[in-house]
Amino acid sequence: MLRALDLRKDFGGLTVLHPTSVDFRPGEVHALMGENGAGKSTLMKVLAGLYRPDGGHVEWRGARTDFASPHDALVAGIAMIHQELMPIPDLTVAENITLGAEPCGRFGLIDRPAQRRRAQELLQELEAEIDPSRLMRTLTVAQTQVVEIAKALGRRADVILMDEPTAALSDHEVAALFRAIARLKARGVAIVYTTHKMDEVFRLADRISVLRDGRLVGTVPASELDPSKLISLMVGREMADVFPPRNTPTDEILLEVAGLTREPAYRDVSFQVCRGEVVALAGLMGAGRTEVVSALYGLHPAGSGAIRFKGKPLSVGSPQDALAAGIGMVTEDRKGLGLIPASGVDQNITLTALRSLCRGQLIDHRAEGTVVGAKIEEFAIKTSRASQPIAQLSGGNQQKTLLARCLLGDPELIILDEPTRGIDIGAKAEIYALVQRLARAGKGVLLVSSELPEVLSLAHRIVVLRRGSVAATLDASESDQETVLRHAMPLSRHAHPRP
Amino acid sequence: MPTLDRNLLHRFGLLFVILLVGLGLTFTTDTFLSVANLTNVARQVSINGILAVGVTFVLLTAGVDLSLGSVVALSGVACATFAHPGDHPVVVPIAVGLLTGAACGLVNGILVTRGGVAPFIVTLGMMTVARGLALIVSGGRPVANMSDELTALAGDFYGLPIPVLCFTGVALLAWFFLRHFRLGRHIYAVGGNEHAARASGVPVERVKLFAYGLCGLLTGLAGVVLAARITTGQPNAGQAYELDAIAAVVIGGTSLAGGVGTVTGTLLGVLLIGVINNGLDLQGVSSYYQAVIKGVIIVGAVWLDRRQARS
Repeated sequence: MLRALDLRKDFGGLTVLHPTSVDFRPGEVHALMGENGAGKSTLMKVLAGLYRPDGGHVEWRGARTDFASPHDALVAGIAMIHQELMPIPDLTVAENITLGAEPCGRFGLIDRPAQRRRAQELLQELEAEIDPSRLMRTLTVAQTQVVEIAKALGRRADVILMDEPTAALSDHEVAALFRAIARLKARGVAIVYTTHKMDEVFRLADRISVLRDGRLVGTVPASELDPSKLISLMVGREMADVFPPRNTPTDEILLEVAGLTREPAYRDVSFQVCRGEVVALAGLMGAGRTEVVSALYGLHPAGSGAIRFKGKPLSVGSPQDALAAGIGMVTEDRKGLGLIPASGVDQNITLTALRSLCRGQLIDHRAEGTVVGAKIEEFAIKTSRASQPIAQLSGGNQQKTLLARCLLGDPELIILDEPTRGIDIGAKAEIYALVQRLARAGKGVLLVSSELPEVLSLAHRIVVLRRGSVAATLDASESDQETVLRHAMPLSRHAHPRP
Repeated sequence: MPTLDRNLLHRFGLLFVILLVGLGLTFTTDTFLSVANLTNVARQVSINGILAVGVTFVLLTAGVDLSLGSVVALSGVACATFAHPGDHPVVVPIAVGLLTGAACGLVNGILVTRGGVAPFIVTLGMMTVARGLALIVSGGRPVANMSDELTALAGDFYGLPIPVLCFTGVALLAWFFLRHFRLGRHIYAVGGNEHAARASGVPVERVKLFAYGLCGLLTGLAGVVLAARITTGQPNAGQAYELDAIAAVVIGGTSLAGGVGTVTGTLLGVLLIGVINNGLDLQGVSSYYQAVIKGVIIVGAVWLDRRQARS
């Protein structure tokens, strides 16, 4: 039905997608797998008319097609759910879902009741309980994601491209999405799907295309693969143990948090981080994990409670305070709180620690260039040149740039908020090794992660948050996924994350 | 520098257009390519140039300053009021002019950062307030009778027009500042993504305050230079100067969304507008038509640039 023929895409002299041919069939879920920067998103964006190919072409229903814009593709019947969410925050949920396809009455006026009904139907299809009249900006990330999916479903498209649709979803919402995908399949819709979650691929996909470094490695029926075979295809080598062995932490307390409270996000949160220790904050979406670490970094200061750092009371009113004290953070919100999109990789890396590269107020460009070169090499950041605008890099390389920024200032406590979200296994393994190196070097690491294997294998201790309170503090070596989940789940069995 | 390649292309593109316009004028008029006329062009662009460099800083932070013209008038009037012969040494009226501008800029900056009011609104308000203050201070009449020491500022220094020297100096300092100072880098970061800049420990409020304050100071300088040139403090001077300045900056490749732009670009934008103005004058085009042509050229130049950026 839809076919890519020798598609090629270049960015700033770098070929990110070498000539690639894949075909997509009705009623089939076709997973695109590969590490970050392997070219999955690029391929999807060319198919959806967002990028013009630099070579080859798209064939749609047997005819050679050249989509000039996403709108052309939409009209033809190809919809895309983007990895980076693109909601319009000040419109309602219903307005966002029907955007560009508003049901109109006479004189071209929008038929509000119909618009609302339509949104309601689509959300019901995803089993989501979101009021269509709410403003988009009041939604959580997970809810926003659900709305974006509903929007694509509403196009009655024949092909739906889903770029990591579950990155921010809870298990409950993922299950609902999978049921919706099954219904779409039955209707003969072709689904193109990317994810970094192995279990999803094998639950969903009929065929799998593996991309590596912008080249198609092959297209195989899912039944012929298993996770370890798939991983070796993706990384081009057998997967070594991704989790490095843990070190033994010291008993010197680095950070001590007592009674931290900011209603209604979290209350009476207390825990410690020792030097050389990795402490994970676990919990469901909306449990208050990001909010707690944001308070420690001064992004959203807590209402009350005490923080002691290196044995002394510390008050953090802003990230400047936190950085000055020796606390660094890598945010979960790369686009909103991380990147300076138009600036180069170099300037993004040195932003926080720029003072150390200055003589007086003047930037020492030579020292900066040396440091940037070293960091790009150390973190294996793939970029055509140091000054390439960071917006042009893949998610994994952007994340590595932000890690480099955080560590350049040599903080003693490093807060990592979902450091591996939307990142391929290769980059994940690099980040795991980095966390271990930091712990061995006597730093404290505070890790927020929704991936339990990660939490259990990296952390020494796990602080489980449930609805803003500490539900348990567990020793990681004596815990398993079930224990953590039992503490993380609200008491009622089918409760939803709090709005 | 961010997007170096694009900027180079851009700069050469703009330089090419300026040379093309200049070449055309050389052949169609007898007077364009003469020392006297080119000096005149330089003199004429100086004030717009100083303003454009100042407002580049504000635009880079994703802000805007619409009060430039009114503040030019207020600074000029304030300067002239202290510039009567025999009253004060010449540094006093100059300092008064500069400080008046800087004060207006700082007020803008405080309202934007502390008050959280949108820059468009804050500076729109300042535009009216400063104009009103200029009329109040001067009683609605031009403040004349300025000392020769001050009006000498419009003259020459070893054969070079002082306004041109001011503009060149300001542009050089600004270029150096944005490229080599930490604060300069912070200005790009704040304009590129304010939230990310704050999360990276950049003192966002101070950076913005500095940008508005500096823009105000340079506006004050433009006011003093203008007063010296027209030998009076004119409360009605500087009408719509902000538009020419912002147009020059945008033609020079600075993004109104902030975070992207260079002083070199601004310089070329100023020159292009100056050469076009001069050319239209030399061709004897009526000022009514001049306004229309200039508007079309401004939008056209930016349109071409964005098209180039997309491809």
